[in-house]
Amino acid sequence: MSNNESPSSNEPRRGKAPAGERVADWADGRLGIYGLAKANMRKIFPDHWSFMLGEICLYSFIIIILTGVYLTLFFHPSMNEVEYHGSYIPLQGQMMSEAFNSTMHISFDVRGGLLIRQIHHWAALIFLAAMFVHMMRVFFTGAFRKPREVNWLFGFLLFVLGMFTGFTGYSLPDDLLSGTGVRFMEGAVLSVPIVGTYLSFFLFGGEFPGGDFVSRFYSIHILLLPGIMLGLVVGHLILVFYHKHTQFAGPGKTNNNVVGMPLLPVYMAKAGGFFFLVFGVIAAVSAIASINPIWSMGPYRPDMVSTGAQPDWYMGFSEGLIRVMPGWEINAWGHTLVLGVFIPLVIFPLVLVSIAVYPFIESWVTGDKREHHILDRPRNVPTRTAFGAAWISWYFVLLVGGGNDLWATHFHLSINAITWFVRVGFFVVPVLVFVATKRICLGLQRRDRDKVLHGRESGIIKRLPHGEFIEVHEPLSQDALHTLTAHEQYVPAAIGATVDENGVERKVKGAEKLRAKLSEAYYGEESQIPKPTVEEYKEITSGHGHH
Amino acid sequence: MSSQDIPEENLPAEQDAHGAVGVANEQDPFADPGLPPHEHRVQDIDEQAARRSERVVAFLFTVSMLATVGFIASYVAIPHDRAIYVFPIGHINALNFALGLTLGLALFSIGAGAVHWARTLMSDVEIADERHAIEATPEVKAKVLADFKQGAKESALGRRKLIRNTMFGALALFPLSGVMLLRDLGPLPGTKLRHTIWSKGKLLVNMNTNEPLRPSDVAVGSLTFAKPEGLEEHDEEFQTEIAKAALMIVRLQPDNIKDKRELEWSHEGIVAYSKICTHVGCPISLYEQQTHHVLCPCHQSTFDLSDGARVIFGPAGHALPQLRIGVNDEGYLEALGDFEEPVGPAFWERG
Amino acid sequence: MKKLSARRRHPLAAVVVLLLALAATGGLYAAFAPASKAQADETAQSLAIDEGKKLYSVGCASCHGTGGQGSSDGPSLVGVGAAAVDFQVGTGRMPAQQPGAQIPKKKVIYTQAEIDQLAAYISSLGAGPSVPTKAEYGPDGADIAKGGELFRTNCAQCHNFTGKGGALTHGKFAPDLEGVAPKHIYEAMQTGPQNMPSFPDTTLSEKNKKDIIAYLNAVNGDDTESPGGLELGGLGPVSEGLFAWVFGLGALIAVAVWVAARTAKAKKS
Repeated sequence: MSNNESPSSNEPRRGKAPAGERVADWADGRLGIYGLAKANMRKIFPDHWSFMLGEICLYSFIIIILTGVYLTLFFHPSMNEVEYHGSYIPLQGQMMSEAFNSTMHISFDVRGGLLIRQIHHWAALIFLAAMFVHMMRVFFTGAFRKPREVNWLFGFLLFVLGMFTGFTGYSLPDDLLSGTGVRFMEGAVLSVPIVGTYLSFFLFGGEFPGGDFVSRFYSIHILLLPGIMLGLVVGHLILVFYHKHTQFAGPGKTNNNVVGMPLLPVYMAKAGGFFFLVFGVIAAVSAIASINPIWSMGPYRPDMVSTGAQPDWYMGFSEGLIRVMPGWEINAWGHTLVLGVFIPLVIFPLVLVSIAVYPFIESWVTGDKREHHILDRPRNVPTRTAFGAAWISWYFVLLVGGGNDLWATHFHLSINAITWFVRVGFFVVPVLVFVATKRICLGLQRRDRDKVLHGRESGIIKRLPHGEFIEVHEPLSQDALHTLTAHEQYVPAAIGATVDENGVERKVKGAEKLRAKLSEAYYGEESQIPKPTVEEYKEITSGHGHH
Repeated sequence: MSSQDIPEENLPAEQDAHGAVGVANEQDPFADPGLPPHEHRVQDIDEQAARRSERVVAFLFTVSMLATVGFIASYVAIPHDRAIYVFPIGHINALNFALGLTLGLALFSIGAGAVHWARTLMSDVEIADERHAIEATPEVKAKVLADFKQGAKESALGRRKLIRNTMFGALALFPLSGVMLLRDLGPLPGTKLRHTIWSKGKLLVNMNTNEPLRPSDVAVGSLTFAKPEGLEEHDEEFQTEIAKAALMIVRLQPDNIKDKRELEWSHEGIVAYSKICTHVGCPISLYEQQTHHVLCPCHQSTFDLSDGARVIFGPAGHALPQLRIGVNDEGYLEALGDFEEPVGPAFWERG
Repeated sequence: MKKLSARRRHPLAAVVVLLLALAATGGLYAAFAPASKAQADETAQSLAIDEGKKLYSVGCASCHGTGGQGSSDGPSLVGVGAAAVDFQVGTGRMPAQQPGAQIPKKKVIYTQAEIDQLAAYISSLGAGPSVPTKAEYGPDGADIAKGGELFRTNCAQCHNFTGKGGALTHGKFAPDLEGVAPKHIYEAMQTGPQNMPSFPDTTLSEKNKKDIIAYLNAVNGDDTESPGGLELGGLGPVSEGLFAWVFGLGALIAVAVWVAARTAKAKKS
């Protein structure tokens, strides 16, 4: 190894570190790191704040794992009943499970334990919220299109698994609030036709609450689900690297390149720094705001309850579903079909799946098999944007339903009226939002078109010699013109010729008809404003100037 | 980077390519003009500004170090049960507050320093990287398919059907062992959900005082919770039993009871209903004494206790089960049997 | 002395003398006739009842009937006891301003003395729970933890874990218990105002009530510690979720905008 004179162009002359290079050589000989580094060290990442939402998810996930490991050092996942004799006075001598007791111990008697608990829980709430926003960013910009459909599904699975990991974690302290949530889950499982009671008995090791669910949830919460999630996160990241990041349209940005800053050094510093920023913010939030104060709630007893019994926010929409469902129950032939609980239990995954399958529906409608790396502006895809907005409004209506008691007390409303609002809104609000969003998108498209053809309103009012006042419109730069016209517009797919060259009529399949209909709805005259053409532009700009 | 005293002179000339002049003359005004030329930041041309940035970054890293020292000091110095008043947060735990803020500051400063460094001192020249199609080229695809065919042929799997079929059979069956192993997760339901520990002659014990109730204890408009005699909080099965046996006792004017069976099963207007909601099992007990309605705090199922506890609002599917009660020789309220129907959430075998 | 004699002819002199005389007589009477104190109390009591009746006929009779027998606008007050009056009037719920789903607490318009007179009148209509004494609701000898258990069994379903209140049907609600005087909490448990059920001493003993009040004072008082920081209303996951979205994710997105933003360019302008 003649490393005394390695004139590597990558390394600045002054920082030559022979020892480091020797280590790298050693590793390369065994792991082939130079090959990896060649492809990735100067990998380009585009800069946009919305591209960092995924990083918030990743970092909060790492924070959750770090703090979670710490918590396992003190938590006892046991439901054995013990008497409390810790430092919190208002629970002295109360009977509680060891799980609750050890959580009290972490909160009051382990120095810094409360902080780590709060970081863990706040990070979980933020993790789910960030995943939600990240998913919506990907949705509204069309980043889920080929080649990224699989990664969209990975992300979706992470969101769903995150929900259940959160729910099992929320249940572990065995406090009165989470116990009520587990009780709800038992009732929901019982409602499953034919096998419900068996599932419930297997899950709880007998009758509710039994003595097993905390330890079972524990292994699910700390091992099974996070293990799967970790695998998915790694896969998700590998795919992000492999596909290279998407970018918004702009000068110099094409479907065949990616414009931005290299991983080393800029992105390493920014992304690495962002981890600390996220951790810092969550730590500060945990210093300032209390979360899940189990000492206030007390230990779980199946005959006690508190008003305002809600799950963490990410389960709130399912809570809404169950709260607003009418109490339908069918009794026949000695059996009971508990529709009042079972229907929400079925709609719950459907709400989620409806957004997850959307990319596949869209790609079927467009029939587009090309790769897409340039992001859409939401306005340029009105139907997709309207669908996404409708879905969010649907989700939000259900969240309102899940918190109907707090809406009632804080806005002085009748809880019954809110429930009825949600029952109606469940069907009506998404439709209204769909229509409104689509119109807004079309309006914005028109405005873009005007801007391209007539220029930007400058705000300067000019008086012409004959007395007319006009506003001066400034023509756009070529950068702006390109950016505003870079998007593609699909033409509605027509049903192909129904008579072939030999004059034989072929049958048009139902699926084909449906597809043509959907395509018309997506890309028909009603659903997009034709973008300005070069001819139109030239005609207007070469003519009588600006209007 | 040269360090000039008058940075203005070092500034790049204003970009004239940036304007829209002459767009209309070109063939395609919407064409991609290509990456805009790089513009310098102040730090790129003014060494003083760059030094300022350097100092800011170093300052942030120093703050982080100090904050970590502060964290350790707080951990050692502040007793874990010390409360302080912090406006406007309120009375909070001093240690949690100090540890959280110092930790947060230490981490945030590292991040802020790194990002400031990246934003002001590292090169901000945008670079374009080529993309390559994810799909394989036709040659690669052809080679892979050929290799696969060759491998499949050499395995003889397609030719020797017996091997193939038995292998699939074996692979399909072995997971059943795993399913079997799950059997002992819990006992079979049997009729456990149909019964509680209430039985004839069991006294109704007041949850608050742990004393058996007399009819005279229960006033009109009052609300009392009861458990069966003999069930104590320290019992092994307390949680599981109380999850089914919890009772809610109210007294109505007998004239106000609309349901005939309810009146029959009551004692002098005292009625005993299961406290467990028939929806998904929350302990329902938000009793409104003027309307005789009882509301579930979890999902707002509302029952009318003066009318057989039928459902008048919300997602519950059937009325709350009533426990038949009477008075024993000593004048205490007692159960006259178990609930006649399963308490709690409905299930398939409920019927 | 000159001064005094000069004022002897003052018009108010007679009054002063009379008052002095009365005070002297009263003092002497009180000193020499303690045996008839009960009788004096009774007189004071009947005086209070008379005063209460006057207040009642002005402020309450229009809804509750001239004799407290109730009407279509207000329930009968016979037998509700002094505790109910002290609670309803003492928290400003009575006199009610307007009919609604529920009559909320508001500014108290009677003095404590007037409330006592009203209470005396109402309890003269029929026996009921009397106003509790400090010994009954005070913190001495209370078991906070037991109070917590009792609170979770009897009260939390409507008033929330730590008494922050909650919703009932059709716009009714269980109020927040923060800042409510211990006496009034005791009276509410005893008498069951409006739709709240009562918890009479026969089912929730005096000691039980004392424990509950002590617990509330510990977890929902002015000095209650919230170890983790901001209590966020003590409402549970809904306000926590809102906080996580607005301040947690909001702050992080603000930071992300900074991280990703272009650094200001040097420009001549």
